[in-house]
Amino acid sequence: MKTGSMKTGPMNKHAGQPSAAAETSVTRPLPHDSAEKHVAGDARYIDDLLEPAGLLHVYVGVSDCAHGRLRRLNLDAVEAFPGVVAVISAADVPGVNDISPVHRNDDPIFVEELIEFHGQVLFAVAADTYDAARRAARLAEVEVDPLPAIVDVEDAMQQKSFVLEPHRMQRGDYAGALAEAANRLQGNIRIGGQDHFYLEGQAAMAIPQEDGDMLVYSSTQHPSEVQHLIAQAMDRPDNAVTVEVRRMGGAFGGKETQASQWAVIAALIAHHTRKPAKIRLDRDDDMRSTGKRHDFLISYDVGFDQHGRIQGIDLELAARCGMSADLSGAISDRAMFHSDNAYYLPNVRITSHRCKTHTVSNTAFRGFGGPQGMMGIERVMDHIAQYLKLDPLTVREANLYGGPPRNITPYHMTVEDNIAPELIGELAETANYERRRQAIDAFNRKNPVIKRGIALTPVKFGISFTTTFLNQAGALVHVYKDGSIHLNHGGTEMGQGLFIKVAQVVADVFQVDTGQVKITATNTGKVPNTSATAASSGSDMNGMAAYAAADKIRRRLIGFACEEYRVGADEIHFADGRVRIGQRDLSFAELVMAAYLGRVSLSATGYYRTPKIHYDRERSQGRPFLYFAYGAAVSEVELDTLTGEYCLTAVDILHDVGRSLNPAVDLGQIEGGFVQGAGWLTTEELWWDDQGRLRTHAPSTYKIPVASDVPAHFKVHIWDRGRNPEPTIHRSKAVGEPPLMLAISVHSALTQAVAATADRRELPTLDAPATPEQILMAIQAYRAQTYRAPACRAD
Amino acid sequence: MASVDRPDTDHAIRFLHGGSVCEISDCDPTATVLDYLRLDAGLTGTKEGCAEGDCGACTVVVGELHGERLAYRALNACILLLPSLHGKQLITVEDLRDRDRDRQLHPAQQLMVDYHGAQCGFCTPGIVMSLFALTKQTQDTAPLDQRINDALAGNLCRCTGYAPIRRAAEVLLQQDRSDQFDAQTASTVDRLQQIQPRRTLHVSRDDRHYFVPTDLQALCTLLNEYPEACMVAGATDIGLWITKDQQILPTVIYLGNVAELKQIKLDRTAGYLEIGAAVTYSDAMEPLCRWYPDFKPLLRRLGAAQVRNAGTIGGNIANGSPIGDMPPGLIAIGAELVLSNTGGSRRIALEDFFIDYGKQDLRPGECVEKILIPLPSDERQFRTYKLSKRLDQDISAVCAAYGMELSRDGRVDAIRIAYGGMAATPKRAHACEQALIGRTWDQAAVDAAQQALAEDYQPISDWRASADYRLLGAQNLLQRFYLETSGGEHEVRLSHRPLPVAEGQINENRVNEDRTNE
Repeated sequence: MKTGSMKTGPMNKHAGQPSAAAETSVTRPLPHDSAEKHVAGDARYIDDLLEPAGLLHVYVGVSDCAHGRLRRLNLDAVEAFPGVVAVISAADVPGVNDISPVHRNDDPIFVEELIEFHGQVLFAVAADTYDAARRAARLAEVEVDPLPAIVDVEDAMQQKSFVLEPHRMQRGDYAGALAEAANRLQGNIRIGGQDHFYLEGQAAMAIPQEDGDMLVYSSTQHPSEVQHLIAQAMDRPDNAVTVEVRRMGGAFGGKETQASQWAVIAALIAHHTRKPAKIRLDRDDDMRSTGKRHDFLISYDVGFDQHGRIQGIDLELAARCGMSADLSGAISDRAMFHSDNAYYLPNVRITSHRCKTHTVSNTAFRGFGGPQGMMGIERVMDHIAQYLKLDPLTVREANLYGGPPRNITPYHMTVEDNIAPELIGELAETANYERRRQAIDAFNRKNPVIKRGIALTPVKFGISFTTTFLNQAGALVHVYKDGSIHLNHGGTEMGQGLFIKVAQVVADVFQVDTGQVKITATNTGKVPNTSATAASSGSDMNGMAAYAAADKIRRRLIGFACEEYRVGADEIHFADGRVRIGQRDLSFAELVMAAYLGRVSLSATGYYRTPKIHYDRERSQGRPFLYFAYGAAVSEVELDTLTGEYCLTAVDILHDVGRSLNPAVDLGQIEGGFVQGAGWLTTEELWWDDQGRLRTHAPSTYKIPVASDVPAHFKVHIWDRGRNPEPTIHRSKAVGEPPLMLAISVHSALTQAVAATADRRELPTLDAPATPEQILMAIQAYRAQTYRAPACRAD
Repeated sequence: MASVDRPDTDHAIRFLHGGSVCEISDCDPTATVLDYLRLDAGLTGTKEGCAEGDCGACTVVVGELHGERLAYRALNACILLLPSLHGKQLITVEDLRDRDRDRQLHPAQQLMVDYHGAQCGFCTPGIVMSLFALTKQTQDTAPLDQRINDALAGNLCRCTGYAPIRRAAEVLLQQDRSDQFDAQTASTVDRLQQIQPRRTLHVSRDDRHYFVPTDLQALCTLLNEYPEACMVAGATDIGLWITKDQQILPTVIYLGNVAELKQIKLDRTAGYLEIGAAVTYSDAMEPLCRWYPDFKPLLRRLGAAQVRNAGTIGGNIANGSPIGDMPPGLIAIGAELVLSNTGGSRRIALEDFFIDYGKQDLRPGECVEKILIPLPSDERQFRTYKLSKRLDQDISAVCAAYGMELSRDGRVDAIRIAYGGMAATPKRAHACEQALIGRTWDQAAVDAAQQALAEDYQPISDWRASADYRLLGAQNLLQRFYLETSGGEHEVRLSHRPLPVAEGQINENRVNEDRTNE
């Protein structure tokens, strides 16, 4: 690692700090800051907050058809229901009836005329109890003129139904390379969506303030946007609204934009009634009325040499966006940015279609399109290997990014930090990949009913919001006279351990115990204009901003001490809660009190914007990412060819988090992300009927992984050589999203096991999620050699 | 309302909670324990995640007297009706800190902190309660990892991937885990004995009624009086009518305290194991599986611990669901039902009980009293299989059961085949059976029988499975039954383990995983 350019700073803490112990508060595996509250039931979520007097409970009435014109909405019975205090609909919105995060005016709070999905909100009712509000919400008389509904991607492609213009990325001559390639394959894969299934459903509580202002507690990843949308709906400036988030009971992207509507509705009820109002969706309505991970249909046409090296590739990605744009533009872009995963594509064209369907608007979900993009190219790797009868790992390794010229992405960014070959090599060896693959081949030759499969897949995930301006963050740090510290920043806590990581950074600056740092709720009144806590950027950006704030105060303390005690700055050392000032030794609190009496400001804001990044979307060129996070996983599966039932039997993971800010938190992100990804690709099936109604809207029908789905052999290692070559906070790397994509190895291993049911050069088509039914049907088709024709292409 | 005024009727629900006896005489008769905790008692540690008993965020533990013994069971508070706590002890996450030791965390809580078992924390109180309940199960002899997975199967966690929770659970089960509840067992038993219901409880509000009779005669009398009453045992289905559909149930009769319905009796002379209709799956598991071991893998996949601790085999039958997991197996072994009312009892074959979707042979005023399970003969081969999207805690796409006797020369002497998920009711496969009777038990016979299944069933397509998969799966399960009973040499069931070469090759502690357990 290059050290010449580094100064004392967050990216190299030991330089200039000889007294620092080997393990300071950064890099320590401290428990989550709320751990004790979590286990004791003391951690409060929105619905647990003490209820203000006169609180109204709000529920929504939703559409019962996927597409149609609202002819008549009779709310008399709703209003007449005992306990009902207020009923509001589109006409009652004083400001703008829209919650579109990208200002497209395509996401109404309440339907005005056009219903565009089953479960779309028509009105809201406030009553004195939750029970009464829910009962009343069912009583509306709704008359609709139904219109034909487009439900899936294929329909949308055929009818050219799009929410946004298609987008294209291109480098080299894909057509020429395909024409000249020694081998050529075409294929496609359908990848299903995924419900976030955060355990805490969408919830918000609004409390009217004087001057018609509003204080809103919301379970959101994006308090600033909720603030703005509430203000816009109330026709007030942003400064009339304060949004606070202490914690979310899970979010995973599902509360980035989709928390807004409920907070806005609660605020509108509070605005109309002048009473506090709380909304909480039950599980079924939460799942029906909020967006999910985008389904994708990915088609490919690939040319490659006899070693399996790709010479040219044409990829087409069609995403089901649902009824509005939401974040689908950026999500589809990120799918394109990850259509290469860790592989060099010398001649490439990537085309992305953003399909409009009459289903709930799909949204951010951990990975933000990246996982779907990667699924496409990993399928291509497996397909090439099957065709050439090579080990898929050999094909993957042959295609990895390397030295120039094999280090340029399809969007013309140079990959400067490629550690994939090293990391994959290490994992293949420690997980004993080669011997296990041979043993599995031998097992499969002997066993006609049970088959096994193994796969190693890598992850290379770009870190930064691809919308460049979002890469900024703020923090606020106060040091009180007694030496206790108040920390606030724009990031939100959804369980990912952001708060403890940032607290560790701040504690480290002052060299005090982390317990001395009070972690406080995210509040738009303290740090304004924040970006969503998303894109895995939470600790990178807020850690840096908080560092900047704390460092300002530390520098003031040093300046004060130099003057007060007549020493040089190099004679002042913070360590173990104390400050050595020349020959003096003060507690941190003593120095703080002295500084206060000496009239030194002990409060500071900090600000950070990610350096180096730029992107020209028109030309699809630039450096959208500051760096890449890497990882690799080996998954082994067994499957029953009679029923399609299967079991994930072993997982080995090696993942790079740079220099971990908190190995316990990071390990939790890796394990949890992997399992969530495995659920997405195996049992989590979203099932819409032909009326466009989602029928898997509760855990009884929508199956996320349970404990027994996680193998006993689940060996997860943080790569001990990980360092971020970019000057991030303490050289750590983002970890929120990347591990989810390690689970592509599960799908790949299942594909291998299905391929073991017949001896063919073709790869079985196994769509995701690979439910037992999908697998049994794939086996049937593979044995009978009835493959699906490549999907129709749009151009 | 004759029964309201009876002198032998009680009007207050009494249960032990937080060290004192709670007495509730005015409540919504179908209020859930979760709503009671969160809305009335102001205890918000217990969370609502789904309101249908599938996520476990609302898990509480209920202590109940089994004779002199105190049994603790995890239950889903979201679909547990408040009056069913009558005579029991309720323990919630708020009760776990030890008041006598400076409110220190319970080991189940402390280990979850130490092993980073909570991220967002919303599922955590439920997980903690399931782990607490696990520490109180001393009978289970299954391997440690299976006990842990079984204890957690009803608790969804979306953040951690369960790995750190399992690490905490392993340590929990291997250390001394006696706690304040163990120390107080004697006094708890004593206090529970004082509040044991000895007469019918009747809770009512706004002309809606909830009865908790304590014996069969009182039950039959009530049924006579309220023939339209809704009988509820575990409420694992009816609970959802209340929470999801917001149905108003005018009269509810709870079966869980009816002594006769809680009995398990072995009648060797008659050749039956008798299981009372209100015996929970958890309580039925051991005696049933002693005679029919193949029910065990099915039962441990039926719901999850919280559901098996509430739900009953009688309820699984009486509600007539086409996708109940028990009826196919019980039909295949020739189980019968005893149905009772004030006039007496009658016996019918289980398969005759199911008339059509939502229609059972249950006359007004009648209840399912018990299930008669014929003891197996040595010749009888029995298997029951379940297909679902997820291995644990999922509802069947297809549930199959086969009971077969072969002659000495390898012919099918007798066979009973039943499937769930294939028709509007759990149903026997008569055409399939006919294709096999008298034939040699070989692949040709099985091939023919598989074809015959298409005559027996025209399954539907829904979110659990397509019609094609249901039929193909049903046919292939018959093939599995054949392979398992014809002495084949190949593996026919998943081992749930990797090949041995995967193990023992990893250089443990190579990286800093262990540091995370500091």
